[in-house]
Amino acid sequence: MRKPEFVYVTYIETTPEKLWEALTDPAFTERYWFGARLESDWKVGSTFEMLRSDGTISDRGKVVEFDRPRRLAYTFVNISEKYKDDRPALATFVLEPYGKLVKLTLTHEGFVEGSKFLDGISRGWPAILSSLKSILETGHPLEIPFEALKFED
Amino acid sequence: MDEVFKALADASRRSLLDRLHANNGQTLNELCEGLAMTRQAVTKHLAILEAANLVTTLRQGREKLHYLNPVPIHQIGERWIRKFERGRLAALGELKRRLEKRDA
Repeated sequence: MRKPEFVYVTYIETTPEKLWEALTDPAFTERYWFGARLESDWKVGSTFEMLRSDGTISDRGKVVEFDRPRRLAYTFVNISEKYKDDRPALATFVLEPYGKLVKLTLTHEGFVEGSKFLDGISRGWPAILSSLKSILETGHPLEIPFEALKFED
Repeated sequence: MDEVFKALADASRRSLLDRLHANNGQTLNELCEGLAMTRQAVTKHLAILEAANLVTTLRQGREKLHYLNPVPIHQIGERWIRKFERGRLAALGELKRRLEKRDA
């Protein structure tokens, strides 16, 4: 068994239900996820897509788990030519309540050897998770410009 | 946030984070390899890093894997770096990285 490439943890002062909504409602995700709308009917096996603010699709995959409000898992990969040698990798979100906090653990695994997508992912998640924590705790997302992450061409 | 600064204020702990940054998801044995620290010292430092949420662990079969969790460091950066500074700081960071790479 291969080990996950990334494990991220953040503690957010919120409820599992609110966090679940923040992770699965496209109108919510576009406020903290670089403007991305996460679209799916969220049935296991259904298509999962990330849409840019202009409505075009950036990433696509499938829903793997949907156990509200505990576990959410889906695969996705950027569909642009740049990542044509990549395949959808699996992102799993686990929500555990601890009093007033919810521990959110995100694991990401199953990247191809020498994945270009992995480099982008490792810059993206800390920013997305910080912004998610901020919006749930203060009502305001952290506005991180996408360009600041310096994705290499 | 105090815990994060305390955890980072130690060269041994920073070197453990560097090792995880280079190769994420290591067992205690792997982390101890080639280090001048005792196993007990590494265990103690890892506990402090875990308490600060800078290291997170995952059980896989019989193994306990250690991962670098950069989310708290990102949050610290966000607190003091203003929106308009971020682009310039990223550019300066990149410039420093390239110049140092050339000299190495």
